[in-house]
Amino acid sequence: MAIDTTRAAGSEFSPDNPAPLIEPPRTRTPHSPRATRTNFELYGWLFMRLSGIVLVILVLGHLLIQLVLDGGVSKISFAFVAGRWASPFWQVWDLAMLWLAMLHGGNGLRTIINDYAQNDDTRFWLKALLYTATVFTVLLGTLVIFTFDPNIR
Amino acid sequence: MWSWVAHRVTGVLIFFFLFVHVLDTALVRVSPEAYDDAIDLYKSPLVGFMEYGLVAAVLFHALNGLRVVAVDFWQRGARYQRQMLWVAVGLWALLMAGAAYPVLNHAFRELFGS
Repeated sequence: MAIDTTRAAGSEFSPDNPAPLIEPPRTRTPHSPRATRTNFELYGWLFMRLSGIVLVILVLGHLLIQLVLDGGVSKISFAFVAGRWASPFWQVWDLAMLWLAMLHGGNGLRTIINDYAQNDDTRFWLKALLYTATVFTVLLGTLVIFTFDPNIR
Repeated sequence: MWSWVAHRVTGVLIFFFLFVHVLDTALVRVSPEAYDDAIDLYKSPLVGFMEYGLVAAVLFHALNGLRVVAVDFWQRGARYQRQMLWVAVGLWALLMAGAAYPVLNHAFRELFGS
């Protein structure tokens, strides 16, 4: 919209003499290309912080139980796992830890690939590998927690 | 800058361990013997020291991660980022010292007898 320059400088604006409307830059018009930008990276950034806080509790608790308390690593066995997964509390704990840690780590590695892999093809294939491995591991871990059978033999 | 590098390096190491750890835990669906055989590897002295390294990586990533959250969400976070780094490093050293005996005790017993 053109600015009317015929008015005297310093004239008071009023309802009868409105200030010129200046269109902000990059205003979207019907001719603009379709928007492809989303807030994905913002939510990713937020997820890293929120999941990180939860994981501090879940993972440090896990390390304390598995590696520090009650003989540390020496007590771990099939029977120990069976004892823990008899309780829904630890099933939910481990399931939440698996999902949050895999998504947190997967997103972290995605960032690192984006930062260091400069070739388009390299970046594509590294991320394809990352997503495949992440989905596989999350599904395998989930399946194991839900189908665990203490009397397998 | 170096805390940022260390955060990346420890993050990648933990993520790779996580893959292995889900795979070894999946052996509980194969048989108790298969699982216990894999866990015996975790009880060997060499892997015992690697577990102490894993604890070091996880503790640093956790403490520095909480510092990043404080820098991003706490009003005065950016101003105290340096002090918070020293708090994180101090806590890390303290917790590492405390974890040394319970985590490494099994490896030392294997190496030198009990």
